[in-house]
Amino acid sequence: MLAATMALPLLAGTWAGWSSFAATPAPNEVAIDDSAFSPANITVPRGTKVTWINKDYDPHTVVDATDAKLFKSPALDTDESFAFTFNEAGTFKYFCTIHPRMQGTVIVQ
Amino acid sequence: MPEQTTLPDRDVPESTARRKALKCMMWGSAGVLWAVSGGVPRPFQLGGTALAATGDFTFMQISDTHIGFKAPINPEPGATLKDALARVNGVKPALLLHTGDVTHLTKPEEFEMAAAIMKDAKMETHYVPGEHDTINDDGKSFFERFGHDKRAQGGWYSFDQGGVHFIGLVNVVNLRPGGLGYLGPDQLAWLAADLKGKTASTPIVVFAHMPLWTVSANWGWGTDDGAQAIESLKRFGSVTVLNGHIHQVIQKVEGNVSLRTAYSTAFPQAAPDTPGAGPGPLKVEADKLKSMLGVRRVDVVGDKPAMMTDTTLAAA
Repeated sequence: MLAATMALPLLAGTWAGWSSFAATPAPNEVAIDDSAFSPANITVPRGTKVTWINKDYDPHTVVDATDAKLFKSPALDTDESFAFTFNEAGTFKYFCTIHPRMQGTVIVQ
Repeated sequence: MPEQTTLPDRDVPESTARRKALKCMMWGSAGVLWAVSGGVPRPFQLGGTALAATGDFTFMQISDTHIGFKAPINPEPGATLKDALARVNGVKPALLLHTGDVTHLTKPEEFEMAAAIMKDAKMETHYVPGEHDTINDDGKSFFERFGHDKRAQGGWYSFDQGGVHFIGLVNVVNLRPGGLGYLGPDQLAWLAADLKGKTASTPIVVFAHMPLWTVSANWGWGTDDGAQAIESLKRFGSVTVLNGHIHQVIQKVEGNVSLRTAYSTAFPQAAPDTPGAGPGPLKVEADKLKSMLGVRRVDVVGDKPAMMTDTTLAAA
């Protein structure tokens, strides 16, 4: 009886972990992991503050791929993050200037 | 058909350097195949007398020192750089080349620390930047500290020493989304002009951070317009292209052009396109680290292919 009551919250905790964190990051959050933006493409409503978090040992940047350079992060070392608020609708392509093969897109509706 | 050879993490036995000549460049015991052009191993002369008689000389290369790197793989890249420089000083080469990623994050304190440690090198040292040295400033802080006296506007340069024409290229600035390393039309035009009038027998050594050939497009290990640079070098009898960036020794030979990447002195990276791995730092056991870091000695032998010897920091 005692064992059963103790096991129940643990099980519930595991479920909560899977559904809200492990499977998908917050809709306005992009992880930088294994030299890739994850997810590489996100769609957000206008006015959303999008945050990138570097999970790699390698530093990365998040820079607008157009000459406008609307947003340009400093070098993000491990666990450092960068945020930008998208107030205009449109498709914003970005890349890592250190590893230019790494690319992503923010679609703002 | 050009060959690309991944060289195992082994050290060339010192005793082989004392042999007068080798019929081919295959080190039987270690299984390392050196400098094979089109499948034909090239013979070359070794030995002090022959080197002195032709006015040849020895220089060395270090790369990817990443001062400022803090991850558990190697929290003290300054210490492993000092180890590397002690090995360089032991050889007493005519000069030392540093093929970039001197720092990890282009930070002023990293440049300061790197410059302080590099004072250990007892010979003149020439640098080209890596992409870690040019983050968000197009190399401004790098060139202020490590730029060559003879550099052109974009930071590239050439000089002559010991009968060899040295060319330092910059392929880490103005990188384009989705692209690899990039030299650009200005630099390629400068290169063509720099080589014009040089006799084909002049030994050429080109050094740049990113590989001038595509080692792995997926991992960004190459230079978009590198083939154009190689094309302009093909008429020379002995061309050695020294790169860094990928933290391991990989060689490619195209006719008279030998291209080879170098060990880092800070941390290793996985073999190109290893399934499940990426191009970032490779996690290794602490007792394995020094066997995956190293320095390179280059012996120039007239207009014959230069002899390159890679030695790890684990070697006695």
